[in-house]
Amino acid sequence: MNRIISNFDLLKAEGRKGFIPFVSAGDPNLETSRQIVLTLVENGADIIELGVPFSDPMADGPTIQASSQRALKNGVTLKDVLAMAAGLRTETDVPLVLFSYLNPLFRYGIERLADDAADAGVDGILVTDAVDEEAAEIADVLRKNGLDLISLIAPTTTEDRLKKIAERSSGFIYAVSRAGVTGAQNETSTTAEALVERVREYTDLPVAVGFGISTREQIEAVWCYADAAVVGSAIVVEIEKCVNAEIDPVKCVRELVGWLLPQRQKPER
Amino acid sequence: MNTYEPNERGYWGEYGGRFVPETLVAPLDELTNAYFGYRDDAEFRRDFDLLLKDFVGRPSPLYFAERLTEKLGGARIYLKREDLNHTGAHKINNCVGQILLARRMGKTRIIAETGAGQHGVATATVCARFGLDCVVYMGTEDMRRQELNVFRMRLLGAEVRGVDSGSRTLKDAINEALRDWVTNVNSTYYLLGSALGPHPYPLMVRDFQSVIGCETRGQILEKEGRLPDLLVACVGGGSNSIGLFHEFLNDGPVRMIGVEAGGHGSELGDHAARFMADAAAVGVLQGTKSYLLQDEAGQISLTHSVSAGLDYASVGPEHAFLHDKGRVEYVSASDEEALAAFRMLSETEGIIPALESSHAIAHVANTAG
Ligand SMILES: Cc1ncc(COP(=O)(O)O)c(C=O)c1O
Repeated sequence: MNRIISNFDLLKAEGRKGFIPFVSAGDPNLETSRQIVLTLVENGADIIELGVPFSDPMADGPTIQASSQRALKNGVTLKDVLAMAAGLRTETDVPLVLFSYLNPLFRYGIERLADDAADAGVDGILVTDAVDEEAAEIADVLRKNGLDLISLIAPTTTEDRLKKIAERSSGFIYAVSRAGVTGAQNETSTTAEALVERVREYTDLPVAVGFGISTREQIEAVWCYADAAVVGSAIVVEIEKCVNAEIDPVKCVRELVGWLLPQRQKPER
Repeated sequence: MNTYEPNERGYWGEYGGRFVPETLVAPLDELTNAYFGYRDDAEFRRDFDLLLKDFVGRPSPLYFAERLTEKLGGARIYLKREDLNHTGAHKINNCVGQILLARRMGKTRIIAETGAGQHGVATATVCARFGLDCVVYMGTEDMRRQELNVFRMRLLGAEVRGVDSGSRTLKDAINEALRDWVTNVNSTYYLLGSALGPHPYPLMVRDFQSVIGCETRGQILEKEGRLPDLLVACVGGGSNSIGLFHEFLNDGPVRMIGVEAGGHGSELGDHAARFMADAAAVGVLQGTKSYLLQDEAGQISLTHSVSAGLDYASVGPEHAFLHDKGRVEYVSASDEEALAAFRMLSETEGIIPALESSHAIAHVANTAG
């Protein structure tokens, strides 16, 4: 059974909400990223988003831009990220979702990607800059290999589009909390809740909320109305700070998560 | 007759489309609806034509370059003098069209990217003319090499924001403008400066620039009593060239050549010649599918050109289509050839061209004789 669905089913059965951290693969290097993912899993991550670095991340704020840049300096490619996923799959059952811009995937070949990602044990792919028919075409190819194309919805998404997107979605739906790029933000956006309510009209799929979530309060606020919270830039920034200060980033991430999810126990699997 | 219209999703063949974050889909739909609503609207056309005439100074002359023709000793050479437009380039044509649209859409804040600074100056100019807030993104490398235009934009009341990422040139400025737009979608109009980006921009910019070709056609028929054998234009994003070519696409015997920046070598990173045989590859960048300079892993490669306006990794999708169809040929001119042409035109005609246009002159110099 699809790992994404079974994890959300398990969360539901236990009356819990999900925590989905984002890790920029290859920053500061692939081995450390691997250890960070495993630490996140041990400390309560329900799904992992693995960022594939891209030279021109137009939907990202300065934090993830800089992180992608560091990964690219290390020569990290989609192929490396797939290999990393395959390695992780030997150690954990956590669902893995690749987070990428289209061009690196397009260059690799979508059919080839679907094959290789399925072999690596990847569960889903989220493509920041593919929408409508282009997204539908990719979704078809991925689905043949048992992978989900995770759809994004945004506060600007119209009712018609929400309906269409919900119809072709699988896995879960990623609701972008506010108009804007990725990046930590202090206030919790009020637009996200309305968006989640709107999309629930059209789907029973779990809905995760991301963009700008960086504190325990924000996560708990999201958990009141959505099924999971995605935390990206806050983790990336922590890794950057610790690497710069020559502190073990794995330890930093463990502490950060302890602070973000104080009551969370290691989920039983 | 082929109309060279894209399909309703903005594709010319396999090129074009709309590759953007979900947040931008609704504003692009809004823009597309507004544009198609006004495209053939008599009042909109009248406002556009009037501003082109009295504010921009159109029509621009089609000038017979007598001494250049003599010097090269071959083809009779005419120059379409877009440099004589208000603000000194063709960029203003598109800005006038888009600002009229932005006003009708009720937008109060205008953002733009710029490479050479010509589009930034033209945008700042129309914003001043209509009293709208203006923010222009510009790579810091381009700010350095086009300092005068930074000064002009600020004088016109625009805020120029330097962009320090990537190669610090046009591509990076577009990324930053897109990030601004995604954050301020409701109030903001993104006034894109070339025939690039997500649908409807490549079509809309081409339409507003096709005044170049429409005028040229009438002018050459009047002066020579026949259509030209060859049209030559430089291709950065592709707006002046598509603006010139579009009106002639159905004139079978008229050959067309687009000149890209050959930079200082043929290795990836040394030039901005997207159609150069070894490098040519299709990809998706900044909202559109087209030819794109990239490495094996699909990362966008750095580019180089002496001219900031041609220094861009991708090219407008309609050009990609015309390339594949063989309707337009694409060649490149090196930095060195462009600089030589720059001097030659200055000395023989008393016309100092832009470094961008110098690439087109260089091709003419190499082949007209
Ligand atoms: C004078 C001039 N020509 C050409 C260009 C290249 O742009 P495009 O290919 O869109 O005409 C520029 C861009 O800044 C320019 O300033």
